[in-house]
Amino acid sequence: MKYVDEFRDGSLARLIADRIRREAPADRRYNLMEFCGGHTHAISRYGVADLLPASVDMIHGPGCPVCVLPIGRIDNAIALAKEQGVILCTYADTMRVPASNGVSLSRAKAQGADIRMVYSAADALRIAQETAAREVVFFAIGFETTTPPTAVVIREADRLGLGNFSVFCNHVVTPAAMSAILEPPPQVRDGGSVWIDGFVGPAHVSCVIGSRPYEYFARTYQRPIVIAGFEPLDVMQAVLMLVRQLNEGRHEVENEYARAVTREGNLTAQQLVAEVFELRSSFEWRGLGEVPDSALAIRQRFARFDAERRYGIVYRPVPDNRVCECGAILRGARKPVECKVFGTVCTPENPLGSCMVSSEGACAAYYTYGRFRLKAAAPAAV
Amino acid sequence: MSQTKGIYGRRLDFRQGRIEMAHGAGGRAMAQLIDELFVAAFDNEWLRLLNDQARFAVRAGRMVMATDSHVVSPLFFPGGDIGSLSVHGTVNDVAMSGARPLYLAASFILEEGFPLADLKRIVESMAAAARTAEVAVVTGDTKVVERGKGDGVFITTTGVGVVPEGVEISAERAQPGDAVILSGTIGDHGVAIMSFRENLSFETSIRSDTASLHGLVAAMVQKVPGIHCLRDPTRGGLATTLNEFARQSRVGIRIAERAIPVQPEVSAACEFLGLDPLYVANEGKLVAICTAQDAPALLEAMRAHPLGRDAAVIGVVTEDPHQFVQMQTSLGGSRMVDWLTGEQLPRIC
Repeated sequence: MKYVDEFRDGSLARLIADRIRREAPADRRYNLMEFCGGHTHAISRYGVADLLPASVDMIHGPGCPVCVLPIGRIDNAIALAKEQGVILCTYADTMRVPASNGVSLSRAKAQGADIRMVYSAADALRIAQETAAREVVFFAIGFETTTPPTAVVIREADRLGLGNFSVFCNHVVTPAAMSAILEPPPQVRDGGSVWIDGFVGPAHVSCVIGSRPYEYFARTYQRPIVIAGFEPLDVMQAVLMLVRQLNEGRHEVENEYARAVTREGNLTAQQLVAEVFELRSSFEWRGLGEVPDSALAIRQRFARFDAERRYGIVYRPVPDNRVCECGAILRGARKPVECKVFGTVCTPENPLGSCMVSSEGACAAYYTYGRFRLKAAAPAAV
Repeated sequence: MSQTKGIYGRRLDFRQGRIEMAHGAGGRAMAQLIDELFVAAFDNEWLRLLNDQARFAVRAGRMVMATDSHVVSPLFFPGGDIGSLSVHGTVNDVAMSGARPLYLAASFILEEGFPLADLKRIVESMAAAARTAEVAVVTGDTKVVERGKGDGVFITTTGVGVVPEGVEISAERAQPGDAVILSGTIGDHGVAIMSFRENLSFETSIRSDTASLHGLVAAMVQKVPGIHCLRDPTRGGLATTLNEFARQSRVGIRIAERAIPVQPEVSAACEFLGLDPLYVANEGKLVAICTAQDAPALLEAMRAHPLGRDAAVIGVVTEDPHQFVQMQTSLGGSRMVDWLTGEQLPRIC
């Protein structure tokens, strides 16, 4: 497949791996966080870790939209479908995330709630147009990648004067979360933290916001960031670039994903988002707790499409399951296998925490692609 | 069928007509549907007797029996329809024992209001698929459910066949050291169906690979009667079939990503839909496991058959108490190929 296979080429991978091995000496540690779940997925799916030397440790970040969504927000969405009787349109990833009382969107659907999986925000808008007699709510989640399409449908609903469509907005922003990783809010500091030397920066998010927003971060926290595409060779090249920056004592924003990302990003998308959304003063993230200026709300001008206003949604924080380590895993403070319930009580079929649900979640990636490594030395389970 | 005209008055209107509750009620309307559609299309000596069962001589040897329900949506898709699929699905299940399929039974659950024109198209497609597979549809059943209680048409087929002496194909027979052979490209059926889903339509030249594999199996069994395992990787795709083999035989399997044939269009579609071709359904492919010594001969026999042209050795059976399926990625790393979690594509067959 053109423009894809080139970025999965085994001989090129060996070449980059050799360079990383030469330049990252065994007596030094390189703790590198890939912020995005897309990178976590690529590393696991293509076996990138097998090609990296032991001195490079990839730490998985919170950039999995489904994983960071707190339970209370999913409870709100379920209540919309069950109590308000709306047609709730959602991306498929969110369906199986455990909410309060053992319910999930998937279970609520089986119990009779009208919850529909959509592939895009535009599908939700179409359902609203075709079902004029019913209220339709789009459960909007995601980072800067999915925000512009949500802005588009809100503007379109406004243009069409749709009276039965609204958006339950849970869009979050990346730079604030990266700061929260290095400077965790007080309430989560006790849960442990990890030293991070550098970041593999987001791919698709950066297409929208550009590389400029990370410059302040690199300067302030003195950490190198290399923006990388989601293909395995992108990740490996970014690791090499980070190793070189660290070896040379630099902390700059570099762009490995130059085929898609510019310094300024997609200005049209940014303007669209600015027109429809404004920053929330604070938003709860699973794992990071309340993070200031880290999420978006719908502007007053589009208030009638805001499900939170329309249905008077009240957010109630719900603590994670006590034994679930999703919070620490999302901060990179723990590895999935260090969680007591990983692979025993918590599996993709019966997830306890969100990181085991989404294919971008670190636990799901470990379980689905990497379980054989953990069992290699252990006796067989009977 | 001209003799039926007098009994029913006007013939069924296959252009404008629709299924009514009476077509499943056991009365004259049902008899007319059976006569003018099913018996006419499947025409054979057993069906013509209009009994509630078919009586046929049992051959010497061992019989094989399999059943399969079909609920695919949409009913018509590039490369096939629910009719041909319902024949191929069961014929292949019978054939995967090494058997020659002989007879089919077909049950239809029809929804009130379903266009007779569509039903006729489906039944004629079934009849054509059965002729190609050299099986006779010898008995059947028709039920009608109220509008809104079904989704057009559901078809269940049951097949019987005869397996030659000396052939002992079963999923628990894989041994460490055995070769794993795949008959061709994966993911074609699933992607063809996805491209036609109303909420997801996209343009692709991919057609479903739906086909009866009995001919390919016959050629394989003739060349290598000692094949250990055969299975068609339908729902859940290649990954699921390999995990089933590993569990049933209590072995591990190690495959090479590079060796697995995937059409570029299927790769591309999977790429933008976020699917892994290893988990996408096939309806005209099989996976075979045989000894390493038998592998070259089996591969040659498969490649000589039109449905096995792209056959390839994709991996090897290993000793593994954890029964893991592992894959060497084209990048050079390793990963597991786990059981499918949840549902990837609903109503694919």
